[in-house]
Amino acid sequence: MKIKAFLATAGAAALLASGALAQQTGPDDDNLVVNGEIDIVTDAPAPEHLEYVRTIYSGWRFRSDETQALQMDDFDNPAFIFVDQARDVWNAEIGTNGESCAACHEEPESMRGLRAELPHWNEEKGEVYTAEMYINDCRTERMGLEPWGWDSGDMKNMTALIASVSRGLPINVATDGPVKEAWEKGKEIYYTRFGQLELACANCHEDNYGRMIRADHLSQGQTNGFPVYRLKQAGLVSKHNRFRGCIRDTRAETFSVGSPEFVALELYVASRGNGLMVEGPAVRN
Amino acid sequence: MADNVKPRVRAPRSTAAGETHTLKTLISHPMESGQRKDSDGNTIPRSIIHRFTCEYDGEMVIDVTMEPAISTNPYFEFEAKLPGPGEFVFTWYDDDGSVYTETATVEAA
Repeated sequence: MKIKAFLATAGAAALLASGALAQQTGPDDDNLVVNGEIDIVTDAPAPEHLEYVRTIYSGWRFRSDETQALQMDDFDNPAFIFVDQARDVWNAEIGTNGESCAACHEEPESMRGLRAELPHWNEEKGEVYTAEMYINDCRTERMGLEPWGWDSGDMKNMTALIASVSRGLPINVATDGPVKEAWEKGKEIYYTRFGQLELACANCHEDNYGRMIRADHLSQGQTNGFPVYRLKQAGLVSKHNRFRGCIRDTRAETFSVGSPEFVALELYVASRGNGLMVEGPAVRN
Repeated sequence: MADNVKPRVRAPRSTAAGETHTLKTLISHPMESGQRKDSDGNTIPRSIIHRFTCEYDGEMVIDVTMEPAISTNPYFEFEAKLPGPGEFVFTWYDDDGSVYTETATVEAA
């Protein structure tokens, strides 16, 4: 009986505690300014195609003050170690005939704006293209090199560099026209329950963002900060790696990194962030 | 031998006599602890930066003994009260014998 009474009290305490926690839901009210000069909008009215969300928030707004601070200064942002490495590769004459990225594209800053509209339709190839696909096309077709792995260090460094020069530009991904088919496929994946836990992306990131999932504060799963530096992994993480991690955690067989399914999902999720700004490489848990 | 080791420093460009400044340093380094094993069960040999120093015109500002439990890409932030213009010398000492040096000149305000 004593034990039972204790359990009853403990249960009531737990209810009280969860009640208190429930009040701390939602994103915080902080403003993101990087290096004291790039003002980044971290909330925006939801794009029209979203039926159940009124305001979209960057994942930055769901993180602790300490994690947020790391992203506000490039010196403190550990991702910039990798951006610096990518700058070295950009200028290196690595092609079979001595080509470098810089030989065609000059400064990495010439890529400003690209990150904000990817993935988009590649007319010449007739499919939806991501940054990874463009980089590998350059490597194989123009430089005579082996393609980089989608999730390799070199690839993530380069996508981080390309993202970094677009910071502060609004995400503006097309959802219509030739990409419509892929976008619909991505949307279907987003709302499909996967795995033994039967969880769709939407169950956490649309129905329950702002709440705690055990010790983690659920964000809307926006991709404007990718590739992100994850403190947990002490390294850069690509969008597809993050998708795979989420689906794996539902105890499902996941799509593979770089698969057409994940490209479609990347397109759809990016379009859910239309109106937010490019933050990548961001810092997250 | 650690690859891609690159020191980065943020120091003030100018100072008045007696002014206090915040300094930030970061060096990209794997900081292999010597406690881990590879997939075959062999110990991965220790390879860390074991000492970091910062001098200002020959005077020691900070001298740190670093241990294997420090994470990759060690970052230090500290303050220095500067007597006037001069030059910082930052030095990192690697287990493999390499010494990485970075300098920063501070002018009069």
